[in-house]
Amino acid sequence: MKRTGAEILCETLQRLGVKDIFGYPGGAILPTYDAIGRSQLHHVLVRHEQGATHMADGYARASGGVGVAMATSGPGATNMVTGIATAMLDSSPVVCITGQVSSKLLGSDAFQEIDITGITMPITKHNSIVSRAEDIARAVREAFVIAASGRPGPVLVDVTKDAQQGTCELDWEAATPKLPPKRLHPACEETEFARAVELLNSAKRPVILAGHGVQIAGAVRALEAFVRRGHFPVAMTLLGIGTFPATDPLNLGMMGMHGEAWVNRAIQESDLIVAVGMRFDDRVTGDLRTYATDARKIHIEIDRSEINKNVKVDAALVGDARELLEQLLPCLEPRDRSEWVEYIRTLKGHSAVRDIQSLPDSGHLYAAHVINDLWKETKGRALVVSDVGQHQMWEAQYYHHDRPRSLITSGGLGTMGFALPAAIGAKFAKPEDEVWVVVGDGGFQMTMCELATIVQEKINVKIAIINNGYLGMVRQWQEFFYDKRYVATPLVAPDFCALASAFGIRSEKVGTRGEVLPAIRKAREAAETVLLDFRVEQEDAVYPMVPAGAALHEMIRRPSPLVETATEP
Amino acid sequence: MKTLVAYVENKPGVLNRVASLARRLAINIDSLTVGPTENDEIARMTVVVHTDEQGARRVQASLEKLVDVLLAENISGRPAVVRDLALIKVAADQKSRPHLMELVKVFRARVVDVAPESLILEVSGTVHKIDSLLEVLRPFGVLEMARTGSVAMTRGADLLQPPAAAEASAGCAVKPN
Repeated sequence: MKRTGAEILCETLQRLGVKDIFGYPGGAILPTYDAIGRSQLHHVLVRHEQGATHMADGYARASGGVGVAMATSGPGATNMVTGIATAMLDSSPVVCITGQVSSKLLGSDAFQEIDITGITMPITKHNSIVSRAEDIARAVREAFVIAASGRPGPVLVDVTKDAQQGTCELDWEAATPKLPPKRLHPACEETEFARAVELLNSAKRPVILAGHGVQIAGAVRALEAFVRRGHFPVAMTLLGIGTFPATDPLNLGMMGMHGEAWVNRAIQESDLIVAVGMRFDDRVTGDLRTYATDARKIHIEIDRSEINKNVKVDAALVGDARELLEQLLPCLEPRDRSEWVEYIRTLKGHSAVRDIQSLPDSGHLYAAHVINDLWKETKGRALVVSDVGQHQMWEAQYYHHDRPRSLITSGGLGTMGFALPAAIGAKFAKPEDEVWVVVGDGGFQMTMCELATIVQEKINVKIAIINNGYLGMVRQWQEFFYDKRYVATPLVAPDFCALASAFGIRSEKVGTRGEVLPAIRKAREAAETVLLDFRVEQEDAVYPMVPAGAALHEMIRRPSPLVETATEP
Repeated sequence: MKTLVAYVENKPGVLNRVASLARRLAINIDSLTVGPTENDEIARMTVVVHTDEQGARRVQASLEKLVDVLLAENISGRPAVVRDLALIKVAADQKSRPHLMELVKVFRARVVDVAPESLILEVSGTVHKIDSLLEVLRPFGVLEMARTGSVAMTRGADLLQPPAAAEASAGCAVKPN
């Protein structure tokens, strides 16, 4: 039976296990939308194509599977660019399908024609253009394989209108992915492995740096076994949060620019770093010349191009994190590292006195209070999607994640406006999970149109706006490094509660500390989306802070009257 | 200068991906040659990049990541034959022609076109050899030049062959935690 390319596209997606597609229709993709209407696929109509890509990204990160976004040619496709780049920088398997003008019009500047494969070449793991119905099934299947395998990433398939309209038989067998054969360098060389074992067993002050790759590789349990056996303290990157239980005594917390002081000091004073599925981003290392100078370094990483890219390592184990950790496990000799772990705990004790949570109640509402209360009230079991900025760092510091894939945030690209749409995608992936959006008043205004998507799809996510009337993180930089010249950071926002009600969404304004818990409780009890507008301290800053380009131990600490008498650790 | 050899899929857009990658790493491509192999579906590239060993490693590792790249090797420092071909149109009159013919002999070049006022010389060899020939031709007047850029092949038993279809990448599977 002959079918149209559009029907084959839908059939292929269904056979690949796709249930939900996030997209926006238009002329060049219309044949496919017509076929979607006759398929079992559920289409989520977004309000902007950037939202579609973030939703597919959120879906992928929450589920561990592939998320699918769809858009028409021209502006539909270019609107996806930010979302694709976000997925690229955070290694998220997203497949974007865009409509394209008919193949005979390619290159003619036809209406809504744009060279989207050219545009997205550097921000996709791979992309392709399909101009015959016969090639659609294979191209889409290959896109899924490429997106999800190795180090995952976004793949874009651009399908011309005539390919969607053309007819052919669907030969599933013939459409088997035929990716070019590859000969890569040997995965993990024996000498490197032996060196790693030797370094691990001789380390006195080791620290594990766990990154996003741990959960992508499904290596959470392998990491835990490894850590227990070696009695290693674990620090996490922002995207590594959740890879090792936050409440475990061996978990130090987040490292880097806004990492806790004891974490960064432990890294700087360590004699061995074991980096697993992380890439030594500048936000994590600070000044490379002063980064962990006493430490030997082991890098467990699937992407060879990350080896020695930023930090020169002593042993590079290239491959799947789970397999490598499992291979290393029996080689670990039992070592007592309690002195080192105890030392870090002392550092942690010294820091606690500066914590905003320990300061006397000034009657002001701080973002840290809101997020810590949210953690307590949800018992740490919520799936939190945070946006980008101060609240993102406070979320990382005060919401303690014990489960993998329970924090979704834009780490690499730092895309404001990510949280709301990504949370919608995450909710589709995990309908049973309690999904919370933690977002600033700036980022929320970038993609708040997706509130309409929430209403149209009748989904239940909770939205906590950390509203301080500023583009807070930029304001903080201006406070610290630009003599408090607050250029373009004071931010007028609409009345978010009035806005929510215009969308038909319940909401509540929260201005004092006492109102936080009751508001969170009420929101949790509701079987629908609730928006909470937390009016927090306007000029609070995220501490500690390693200024860009400074050494990791050169942190700006929270000024505290309590600390003036205490001795600096 | 570092020399890399890659086998790539012989299809549209691949050259763009390779070139774009060097641009992304802010590494200048000194020369890039592409040619067919015995297999219609595979092309062979020789890329000479202006970078150090660390840069070459990054180019190699990044090339290897491209889906369309089957194999990428940094052959700098390995025993290899590296050759350029140049066509050089040089001014030649009755008087200078005998002198030019002498140089042609010394450099083992060939005269492939003779016109009243000029000659086209074809010369192949190392970049250094071609540069030296150019140096001595310059006083005669080099009117035009076309160079291919380097092609390279490692010597002896050091074989660079494209991987067979059987080495196809494995499929994907979601990895549960």
